[in-house]
Amino acid sequence: MSDELLASFEVRRLSILNEFGDVDQALMPQLSDADMLRMYEAMVLARIFDERAVALQREGRLGTYPPITGQEAAQIGSAFAFSAADWIFPSFRETGVHLLLGYPIPQLLQYWTGDERAQKVPERLNIFPFCVSVGSQIPHAVGAALAARYRRDPIAVITYFGDGATSKGDFHEGFNMAGVFRLPVVFICQNNQWAISVPLKNQTASASLAQKAIAYGFEGLQVDGNDVFAVYRATRQALDKARSGGGPTFIECLTYRMADHTTADDAGRYRSAEEVAAWRARDPILRLERFLASRGLWSPEKGSEVKARLTAIIDAAVQEMEAMPPPGPAELFEGTLATLSPRQAEQRKVR
Amino acid sequence: MAQLNMVQAINQALSEEMARDDRVVLLGEDVGRDGGVFRVTEGLQDRFGTERVIDTPLSESAIMGAAIGMAAYGLRPVPEIQFMGFTYSAFEQLFAHAARIRSRSRGRFSCPMVVRTPYGGGIKAPELHEESTEAIFCHSPGLKVVVPSGPYTAKGLLLAALRDPDPVLFLEPTRLYRMLREEVPEGEYVVELGRARVARAGSAVTVIAWGSMLERVLKSLGDVDAEVIDLLTLNPFDIEAVIGSVKKTGRAVIVHEAVRTCGFGAEIAATIAEEAMLYLRAPILRVTAPDVPVPLAKLIEQYLPNSKQIQAALEEVMQY
Repeated sequence: MSDELLASFEVRRLSILNEFGDVDQALMPQLSDADMLRMYEAMVLARIFDERAVALQREGRLGTYPPITGQEAAQIGSAFAFSAADWIFPSFRETGVHLLLGYPIPQLLQYWTGDERAQKVPERLNIFPFCVSVGSQIPHAVGAALAARYRRDPIAVITYFGDGATSKGDFHEGFNMAGVFRLPVVFICQNNQWAISVPLKNQTASASLAQKAIAYGFEGLQVDGNDVFAVYRATRQALDKARSGGGPTFIECLTYRMADHTTADDAGRYRSAEEVAAWRARDPILRLERFLASRGLWSPEKGSEVKARLTAIIDAAVQEMEAMPPPGPAELFEGTLATLSPRQAEQRKVR
Repeated sequence: MAQLNMVQAINQALSEEMARDDRVVLLGEDVGRDGGVFRVTEGLQDRFGTERVIDTPLSESAIMGAAIGMAAYGLRPVPEIQFMGFTYSAFEQLFAHAARIRSRSRGRFSCPMVVRTPYGGGIKAPELHEESTEAIFCHSPGLKVVVPSGPYTAKGLLLAALRDPDPVLFLEPTRLYRMLREEVPEGEYVVELGRARVARAGSAVTVIAWGSMLERVLKSLGDVDAEVIDLLTLNPFDIEAVIGSVKKTGRAVIVHEAVRTCGFGAEIAATIAEEAMLYLRAPILRVTAPDVPVPLAKLIEQYLPNSKQIQAALEEVMQY
């Protein structure tokens, strides 16, 4: 008979760049000035895309769109660590990842006009289409990792999801299977603290999301999701571990959804302006600008120059997107099956 | 040629295809060491290893979801869901993803996988172990639904399904697993998906059935000159074969063990009404289970369509 401690655990939180632009040199990842400027520009590009997409929706030129504003560091910092051969299983709020990896911008916009053709992912990118059903992409990443291991491909598989997804069954089933088989998966949660109107405290009674990984037998850590260097460092380490047979890792990026859930949502109905303002002060782009300025890499003029240059790219992409011919009715049937059934073929003819 | 039962025929198909194509990988609960609860995958883990016959956690949604990821990566996974009643846990993966990924990605990604699951009643098993809800799955345009009716069709259809570029739900009639023995050729032959088979030629009435009901229909014809269509693939079903036969006979009886309302018989009856109404001499009849949940063993024979009901339907249409 005994009454002894069976298990105890610790959960670490990583932050490197604070709101004032100061960094912890000991934790700072190896990044050249050029790398850091690339990160910065990618974050600004994502912000401009986001603001433009919302504006286009308001003008009736785009359908419902889920903004990412505030989450740029979580997306760019993680995606900056990927290798070209890695596979990515996104949800639907990772525009920054798509942009950094070079998904054609007009095609991204095209999707949000309601045109499925935009999800024909270019062959050079191993990004699965958007997953609208929350959390259900998690088992797909687990399966791709099983297949990669079977093929002896030294790659990692990354999947993104939000805090709401951690309440779903597929989060549990996917995490559990990845743990049992010790698969090369990096699970990245953008914990933006709101699942539409439900705040994190109503989503879980757990002190962190990161610690949920412990129960599945692998490491979970929380990073400051508005700190691009911390996100990059954690992702890089998790990917190296995955590729070298060390199994999965769960990274909780604690960030904040500064905008509405989608353009069809009004966050003013369920959260205070004070809360939003407090998080605006922790804007991931702002703190990176402060840091870059302290290194002589950024000035207001430089910022304006970058913004103008990237705005021109988005302007051109919008033009290109709006010049695309609309899908014809036969497009309804595209890809339903490799070979349409006789009945589908008949239905296609009369459209 | 060997006389095999359906369990042996399916095992042989899997084994031969795994030897031929290293993309074929099995996964599911108890499929490896235990050889599956019906022993359908017996010996395959010994032969092909634990990386190709994967014993998974008890996790239907992750089995189905992982299979989707494996298929996207270039494998041809064969997830087994232990009983049809447990596919409900994996329903979202099957409907929202497997059946839509080709369309969603406009062909960049696809989902060539075969979901094997035993279905149907009459095996004295607990609740949810004897379901026959095939019609639900036919309501998804990107998912093929296949139901063999004996050892020969089981092997040929499974080989065709394993080579199909799209996801196939392969329903194995549990009651027939060891009931029927047939000549099953060793080596390759395929029974084409989407094609029905004339199980018995006739000219007075067309009887349409599939899976476990086929055997019951064939035993219940008496001296009626019935043409029996074994549908084999439910989605997409062989409209041409059904309509061709009904135009010839002028009568149609559909037999399925699923409940009547929104059963797959409704789709067949509607299609006959649309395309062969003027050839009909009698109303289209359905012999089905009543609209109640599948009962446990004591009442299962009251639930499943029986010979008497099939004969009564045949007599009724023959009166016209």
